[in-house]
Amino acid sequence: MNLTLRVWRQKDANDPGKMVEYPANNIIPDMSFLEMLDVVNEGLIAKGEDPIAFDSDCREGICGTCSLVINGVAHGGQRGTTACQLHMRFFKDGDTITIEPWRARAFPVLKDLVTDRGAFDRIVQAGGFVSVNTGGTPDGNAIPVGKVESDLAMDAAACIGCGACVAACKNASAMLFVSAKVSHLSLLPQGKVEKNQRVLSMVKQMDKEGFGNCTVTGSCEAVCPKEISLNFIARMNREYGMATLKGADIKGRSGD
Amino acid sequence: MKLDSKIPSGPLAQKWDKHKFDMKLVNPANKRKFDVIVVGSGLAGASSAATMAELGYRVKCFCFQDSPRRAHSIAAQGGINAAKNYQNDGDSVYRLFYDTIKGGDFRAREANVYRLAQVSVNIIDQCVAQGVPFAREYGGLLANRSFGGAQVSRTFYARGQTGQQLLLGAYQALCRQIGKGNVKMYPRTEMVDLVVVDGHAKGVIIRDLVTGEITAHAADAVVLATGGYGNVFYLSTNAKGCNVTATWRAYKKGAAFANPCYTQIHPTCIPVSGEHQSKLTLMSESLRNDGRVWVPKKKGDTRRPDQIPEEERDYVLERKYPSFGNLAPRDISSRAAKEVCDEGRGVGPGGLGVYLDFADAIKRLGEDTIRERYANLFDMYEKITGENAYKTPMRIYPAVHYTMGGSWVDYNLMSSIPGLFVIGEANFSDHGANRLGASALMQGLADGYFILPYTIGNYFASEKQPKPKLDHPEFKKAMEGVQALTKKLLSINGKRTVTSFHRELGKLMWDKCGMARSAESLKEALKRIPELRAEFWKNVKVTGEGAALNQDLEAAGRVADFLEFAELLCLDALTREESCGGHFRVEYQEEGEAKRDDEHFAFVSAWEYQGPDKPPILNKEPLVYEEVHMSTRSYK
Ligand SMILES: Cc1cc2nc3c(=O)[nH]c(=O)nc-3n(C[C@H](O)[C@H](O)[C@H](O)COP(=O)(O)OP(=O)(O)OC[C@H]3O[C@@H](n4cnc5c(N)ncnc54)[C@H](O)[C@@H]3O)c2cc1C
Ligand code: FES
Repeated sequence: MNLTLRVWRQKDANDPGKMVEYPANNIIPDMSFLEMLDVVNEGLIAKGEDPIAFDSDCREGICGTCSLVINGVAHGGQRGTTACQLHMRFFKDGDTITIEPWRARAFPVLKDLVTDRGAFDRIVQAGGFVSVNTGGTPDGNAIPVGKVESDLAMDAAACIGCGACVAACKNASAMLFVSAKVSHLSLLPQGKVEKNQRVLSMVKQMDKEGFGNCTVTGSCEAVCPKEISLNFIARMNREYGMATLKGADIKGRSGD
Repeated sequence: MKLDSKIPSGPLAQKWDKHKFDMKLVNPANKRKFDVIVVGSGLAGASSAATMAELGYRVKCFCFQDSPRRAHSIAAQGGINAAKNYQNDGDSVYRLFYDTIKGGDFRAREANVYRLAQVSVNIIDQCVAQGVPFAREYGGLLANRSFGGAQVSRTFYARGQTGQQLLLGAYQALCRQIGKGNVKMYPRTEMVDLVVVDGHAKGVIIRDLVTGEITAHAADAVVLATGGYGNVFYLSTNAKGCNVTATWRAYKKGAAFANPCYTQIHPTCIPVSGEHQSKLTLMSESLRNDGRVWVPKKKGDTRRPDQIPEEERDYVLERKYPSFGNLAPRDISSRAAKEVCDEGRGVGPGGLGVYLDFADAIKRLGEDTIRERYANLFDMYEKITGENAYKTPMRIYPAVHYTMGGSWVDYNLMSSIPGLFVIGEANFSDHGANRLGASALMQGLADGYFILPYTIGNYFASEKQPKPKLDHPEFKKAMEGVQALTKKLLSINGKRTVTSFHRELGKLMWDKCGMARSAESLKEALKRIPELRAEFWKNVKVTGEGAALNQDLEAAGRVADFLEFAELLCLDALTREESCGGHFRVEYQEEGEAKRDDEHFAFVSAWEYQGPDKPPILNKEPLVYEEVHMSTRSYK
């Protein structure tokens, strides 16, 4: 296949950036999208040009590193698929493909298609955990968990933290990401103890990072490579409401 | 170099308890005075950084990904072993210990493995308390599955994403400590050198991958949790960024490298589809619980799988290893696949594949059950190959997956440089010549949560050291070395890309030092590697500049190290004149099975660096088995 790429190039965080066109020739349908970019980059390096910077690591859809907006859609539009798992058979010979970074105030571009998603880490640092130290924990089977709740917790915990939900949202809201972590932990007996403080602290940090509000358009769910359900947002809103009523103390971090 | 494994005396089952009692402690108020650097935030790095911070140490943690949550551990699919015996099927600490020693083909250190089996039970408790959503039975208790090399069901799992959930548990524990200010986290950074002062590890040199800035960091101890070196083969199931840089540069500062030739080839990966391939994808071994491996009996049979009748199929593993069948260990299953493909009975493009067929399991259990167990793996398979494995058998082929070799460490997980500890896949300690499935996650977390945090205290309390100082000339020297290396890479401006060198090296390693090795093939590799390395330093083209985000430069540094390390790997393979576990020398076999030589090779090879132009010294740590009898491994 022969394709034309229109790629966002931006030298560093301060550069205004622009779209640049590159041909991508002799592409094989069995290639992954990132392998196609590898081929283009090999060509650029051979010509002494700066290759296109993009993030990836596992290349099997689980680490959440890859982060490309392809033809205007985060991860490219194949249901439940990260950019690294998108294969070129999804495209047609002669296609023009635009490739851009995640765009959100809370995810500044570092170079080309590489962004800084440290805001997600800081939200987890604010309370996305169960406060247990290593050692002295009870036997694993001392805490039975119903299969239904456990499966639902796992559905939420499957989030890979890629940030596609933010990139897809017109308000750049992080609600799907935050609600997935909040729900994973509060659905389990181990996480219930701190559930009030957790939701308040995490939401507070989310707001501080500059993510926008959720207007429940569902665009996040549509692009989520792990198909995390919008229901978790509703669940978190309920939890947040309850926690506010109870007026949990969020001055300290949860559980400390 | 004198290698002292520091194995405690006394009966095997009591060594760890006795050692914990004998080790000196650091008083809680004094822990605050010790700085620890942890390089790596995978299972081993994140769990150790969090635990040491909980204990009161001041920790700095580095990783090259943009978040500690993205370490390669995230990709582990199948599960984690523990000797809980929840299934009442006869499991015990002793059985897990024995299976691991036997699985490792009697090339692991007995005392370490026993301790691993002992603490395995604590890991599950810890992870459950953190909220890791392990699979459950309807009654609410934890579920288990079986893995290769074991006849009991002791593997805990979270769908096909066990590594992800365990890492997120450790990451969250780490985040809690970062939030409290007890750990300072440095994502998007790479350790490019180790600093040794008066024989003790005292710090690291770090390159900031966003700005390119090179800085020095001092500490009372350094921990490497930097993962495995499988990418020396270019194509492997490892993440793209996995590399040998940290342990290799430590080797050049005096940390012996043990058993580099012990590499694991995993039998169930998606076959290579073409030249452009950038990595290989694993299909978890857990699939072998329900999938049956077969090839046509006839050579060059190009019929579709559904057109090949039952009696014309060869269920290779069931035929050769009736008691373990499709759950034979990895090294054995991989070789069986290679054998039938070499005979011309392989399937798929190029004949490099065997079928993994779920038709019987689907008939027996229904498609829904299979979907519940493996949906994410079947989905991934379909995304990559475009084929639906519920309808047609998967095609699989072996690929490089895990590296048992690594930095040599003693019982305390300390390398041959005092103050430098190495944990997780980066060390050599527990898996001998072959690792059993679901044991790497166990080892990473055992090291990080339950072993290192104790043994590091013993080092601080018993070897009183002067405080590290950044103005020591060794820091300056190391910084200058790194700057010179960067400059050199950027100035060559040759004609070949970094990837082209990496690919060529990988192909050479796979052909000459892969699933089967011989003196002849290894000598060829040992001749070719230095030539390729020389060409690299003359003809590589690295674009861009040093003081910026430059992925080409990052890759160049890693490939430069692989080009040196590969030589040591092949040398180790050449000097080990026996077959054991993942190391199969064609000269040493009996009826197609690996032939170990306990009389001459029951030792750990710990290589010592002598300088750029001198051959390394081979130090031998004898493997003494007090408890188990070294038997011939049989899965028949
Ligand atoms: C696809 C796949 C599936 C697997 N499935 C299983 C399974 O089911 N069960 C099982 O037990 N095992 C499994 N394994 C093996 C297991 O996942 C690994 O052995 C284990 O996770 C390694 O953990 P680690 O903490 O030692 O290293 P890693 O998770 O590899 O982490 C390495 C860390 O070091 C950092 N790092 C490396 N070099 C540097 C440097 N120079 N500077 C700064 N930071 C650096 C990285 O950023 C990263 O944070 C699997 C492996 C693969 C590839
Ligand atoms: S690179 Fe890991 S999810 Fe895409």
